[in-house]
Amino acid sequence: MFWNTLLLSLRAIRRNLMRSFLTVLGIVIGVAAVVVMVTLGNGATKSVSDQISSMGSNLLMVMPGQRFGPGSDAAPSFKSADIDAIKSQISSAEWVAPITGKSATTVYQSKNWPTVVSGTTNDYFHAGNWELSAGRMFTDAEERGGKAVCVIGETVRQKLFGRQNPVGSEIRVKEFSCEVVGVLKSKGQSGMGSDQDDSIIMPLRTVQRRLTGTQDVSRFTVSVRKGASIDAATKQLTLLLRERRKIGENEEDDFRVMDTRQITQTLTSTTKILTMLLSAVAAVSLLVGGIGIMNIMLVSVTERTREIGIRLAIGALEREVLLQFLVEAVVLSSMGGIVGIVLATLSSMALAHAMNIPYLFDVKINLLSFLFSAAIGVIFGYFPARRAAGLNPIDALRHE
Amino acid sequence: MSASPLISLSGITKTYGRGHAAFQALKGIDLEIDSGDFLAIMGPSGSGKSTTMNILGCLDTPTSGSYRLKDVQVERLERSQRALLRRHCLGFVFQGFNLLPRTTALENVELPLIYRGEPASSRHEAARAALAQVGLKGWESHTPAELSGGQQQRVAIARAIVTRPEVLLADEPTGNLDTRTSREIMELIVSLNEKLGITVLMVTHEPDIAAYARRVVHFVDGFLESDERKREIL
Repeated sequence: MFWNTLLLSLRAIRRNLMRSFLTVLGIVIGVAAVVVMVTLGNGATKSVSDQISSMGSNLLMVMPGQRFGPGSDAAPSFKSADIDAIKSQISSAEWVAPITGKSATTVYQSKNWPTVVSGTTNDYFHAGNWELSAGRMFTDAEERGGKAVCVIGETVRQKLFGRQNPVGSEIRVKEFSCEVVGVLKSKGQSGMGSDQDDSIIMPLRTVQRRLTGTQDVSRFTVSVRKGASIDAATKQLTLLLRERRKIGENEEDDFRVMDTRQITQTLTSTTKILTMLLSAVAAVSLLVGGIGIMNIMLVSVTERTREIGIRLAIGALEREVLLQFLVEAVVLSSMGGIVGIVLATLSSMALAHAMNIPYLFDVKINLLSFLFSAAIGVIFGYFPARRAAGLNPIDALRHE
Repeated sequence: MSASPLISLSGITKTYGRGHAAFQALKGIDLEIDSGDFLAIMGPSGSGKSTTMNILGCLDTPTSGSYRLKDVQVERLERSQRALLRRHCLGFVFQGFNLLPRTTALENVELPLIYRGEPASSRHEAARAALAQVGLKGWESHTPAELSGGQQQRVAIARAIVTRPEVLLADEPTGNLDTRTSREIMELIVSLNEKLGITVLMVTHEPDIAAYARRVVHFVDGFLESDERKREIL
């Protein structure tokens, strides 16, 4: 009996190709919209958290003052000695990279490019997960002697050198010239939207002597050893710095320690809210698709009622007619659901590629939108039929 | 003549609505129909002829009275049991043809066989044979929209007889057709009655269509007024 019902359902679908097509289309668009939005939203969230973890997931960022961002509230900077103290006294600190930055215009032959020069040590590359695409890091002699050498970011390389090999060339930074010894591998935009590749790295001492003229270290990052507690490291670091900066017991810290988890949470929660908003818009399109289906089904109810009358008159049982309509609705809406998911998968792959975010297949949203579409199809396809099948065959045949 | 008639109605009444709005369409009908007969039911509109037809076709139930079809007391049956009775014993032809639109003649004729659960091969064969029997060989893949009124009614007749029913019920079968086509359809129905021995019950209001029948009954105002035997049952 089931095969006969399936046969009858498939014949009914074929007979009403336009209606079937429109029903499927409504579901396809709704499902595809929801799935694409959620998939892209997930990809964007992933991309943000990936970029932050590309800075290193176990980093502590330490800066003077309590305010977040540039400008100081008169808190004293750190000294090179602070860095050495942290290195020797905090065992869970794997790398400690002091950073002193200054913006400067760099010149190579006829091209110039304004960028930020950061003075640091080789720890900077390790802590920040930077790799080199060419050349090398600094030698001990270069670091200790404050030699005029630099490692340049990918953006700087493009702007100054184009297709030429920069390693070994001399670039001019302010009043001194400096040998390029290495090029950083590109990391792209940071989670906050700034270009991480737009920088020049020099030994700390070089920057202190030739650019800032002080012994100050404006901030530093500490990478915590794998397995060690970040909270414990934060506490130790805070205690050590309070002691070195001679902060009394009742005084507030005049520096700030942030870990990357906090930043990650702030930024991913923003993209999550955006994803939810977009999904809500997409859910409306699924609903509109459902209303379209309802429309199509209601318009055809007269013809369908007569059809039901004919079937009943020639001896079909009520439940056979209902089963046929149910199978028809299920076939159409699951077809719409499947096509919608395939379409969504293809287009979100393409869009994710174009937007340069990772493509993530989300089982839950695919399943959910599929079930929702099936429910719409079944409700709007089946329930009008149920009313008609309950009529006397004669009344159904006479339906106008 | 068989000992007991194929169909027997006794004291059939049918009331529509309730209370003040109640309308009694049938006011006590007694009728016996033998196997192989060709009965024409005549009468003006509102006389109860269509109501009687619907009750005979197990599409509607009487308010009171008894209806026996082949030793089955129809008035006691459930809705689904009546559907099975229609499926196995009855064939219908309607004034408006009532074919499934955008469906080929062959698939329309196959429909009752699908509900009977016939396997595909014997189903196709039987449907083709039925179409050939009504003179539509070669028209199997045409849809109703591609057929004339007469041809559509032939498809409907083929669909009604494809299950080899004992009784063919025809409600104004020529009501939508011109005179010449009406004659052809009536000749087809007569031949089904004569050659296959199918009992035919036909509602009509045209005397010259009723003239094809062996027996003519007249309904007036919910009563059976006259009962006239024109030709004996073969």
